[in-house]
Amino acid sequence: MSGPSNYKPTTAFGKWMHERLPIMELVQGQALDFPTPKNLNYWWTFGGILAVMLVVQLVTGIVLVMHYTPHASMAFASVEHIMRDVNSGWMLRYMHANGASMFFIAVYIHIFRGMYYGSYKAPREVLWMIGVLIYLVMMATAFMGYVLPWGQMSFWGAKVITNLFSAIPFVGESITTLLWGGYSVDNPTLNRFFSLHYLLPFVLAALVGLHIWALHVPGNNNPTGVSVKSSQDTLPFHPYYTMKDAFAIVVFLMFYAAWTFFSPNYLGHAINYQEANPLVTPAHIVPEWYYLPFYAILRAIPDKLGGVIAMFGSILILFVLPWLDTSKVRSGSYRPVFKYFFWIFVIVCVALGYLGSKPPEGAYVTWSRILTAYYFAHFIIILPLLGLLESPRPLPASISDDVLAKKHPAAVPAE
Amino acid sequence: MPSIPGGRRGNKKGKTDVSTAEHAEVNRRDFLYIATGAVGAVGAALTVWPFINQMNPDASVLAMASVEVDLAPIAEGQAITIKWRGNPVFIRHRTGPEIEAAKAVKPEDLPDPLARSANVKEGDPATDENRVVGGKEAILVMMGVCTHLGCVPIGNEGDFAVVEGSTKHGGWFCPCHGSHYDTAGRIRKGPAPQNLPVPAYAYLTDTKIRIG
Repeated sequence: MSGPSNYKPTTAFGKWMHERLPIMELVQGQALDFPTPKNLNYWWTFGGILAVMLVVQLVTGIVLVMHYTPHASMAFASVEHIMRDVNSGWMLRYMHANGASMFFIAVYIHIFRGMYYGSYKAPREVLWMIGVLIYLVMMATAFMGYVLPWGQMSFWGAKVITNLFSAIPFVGESITTLLWGGYSVDNPTLNRFFSLHYLLPFVLAALVGLHIWALHVPGNNNPTGVSVKSSQDTLPFHPYYTMKDAFAIVVFLMFYAAWTFFSPNYLGHAINYQEANPLVTPAHIVPEWYYLPFYAILRAIPDKLGGVIAMFGSILILFVLPWLDTSKVRSGSYRPVFKYFFWIFVIVCVALGYLGSKPPEGAYVTWSRILTAYYFAHFIIILPLLGLLESPRPLPASISDDVLAKKHPAAVPAE
Repeated sequence: MPSIPGGRRGNKKGKTDVSTAEHAEVNRRDFLYIATGAVGAVGAALTVWPFINQMNPDASVLAMASVEVDLAPIAEGQAITIKWRGNPVFIRHRTGPEIEAAKAVKPEDLPDPLARSANVKEGDPATDENRVVGGKEAILVMMGVCTHLGCVPIGNEGDFAVVEGSTKHGGWFCPCHGSHYDTAGRIRKGPAPQNLPVPAYAYLTDTKIRIG
């Protein structure tokens, strides 16, 4: 990890502890004094926001389990029991359900920020790949959590998503039977999803630890994309970024509270307040909003296996993004053409999300196909070519130069 | 590489029998290393198996593997849905026009030309006769699980139902991703890859079947 720690224990206990477990040195070096680029904007606060959301989900989840019953015949009623009988149960459940959505809003902003500022480029490839892994585990966790209330959408969502594996040639059927523990989604499925839904957040916490470790080796990227050159370019993490992050976290929590208290069911589906019925499929099955772009990609391909491959491929391609982008310039701020393609890509992702929420008919299917093709083209055609064809704007000599140039533009006289 | 002391055959003169890059002969210690590692790997793999296999259907799930159904109350043109192994099974008493419509199609013209019935041989064609059992062509029994992603198709719906006036008879439509099945439960249009599977069943009497 970068930055020499100048921790010196001052108290007698501090010295005694330091010789046995130098944890205060770690805290001071990595959390307090850690040299951080001084030009980080608010897009950089989403890492801290995500850490807070993980803790919120863990705490609300652990207390919900104190009242929930993981059985096919009792799960639905126990969730209603939480909503009606348990003290503040309604609030805890709404915090957990909306917390998942907030977690995904924050992670999408965090990912797009990394894409715009080239945070995945050398030497941060491993940091980025751990991030993609975190995102995958988040999706698995959220999916299994959504099954637990055992409503109609829980059940049929579980059935459709686990059936994706049946597209695998030869072993597909055996894999779905193994996942279900039977011949359909039933009590064994609910039990194992509950077990894994409790486990995976702790796996997430461990991955977040690795993510921060990988971050602290090269240090933060920054809006110029220019590496830190001297101590002129940095500030200690505390108090500068603890305060900036804390402010952003408070604002984000206000946004979160607005959803939780004023519109707690807006992001859900009314039909999930109907208990699971294995004999009747709801007329219109839609996944939670954060999966919609991938659902659109799945349905865009008219072949079962092809659709499944495209859907998983659209996420897995992120793992190789550091090698697909051939530009040596990190920050999109200095790449005049990339900038446009970046925003087109953002719009395409949002549009795919919209199409995923619509029935698979007519123009919706046509557009899903066009945008799916564009999604992949962005990674395997546009990004590799842009790096070779585009002429980037001149980079500032250092972070400090850039900050000073903005404060005192050289072209404008002081008077 | 420093020599490792304690070779099996002694090292009185400071020599060692441990193989190095200079004289890469296979000795007893190499064998022991590999044998130990191999036994350990096999042991680990064998230990993992119960932890995976516990996820497969358990004895209580397998115990529900057969169900008997009385067909007498199902009048012509009516259908019932029963639950077998956690899944819906459609049992339809088909009308004459439905059977005729199903017979009018050649199996080789279908998206899935195979019967997909547990009651005939695996490669048999998807003729209407192969989709029913014992020549009782009025009774169609099949899984109500779309072969695309597992939703339950809606009966008397879709582009391949028999249309009489303003009502549709037979035929199934899956609302999830738009698959159309004909009056014999064969896929005709949409993303589903296969015909609705016919489970193994047999007639106990003229009007009673056992599924499974």
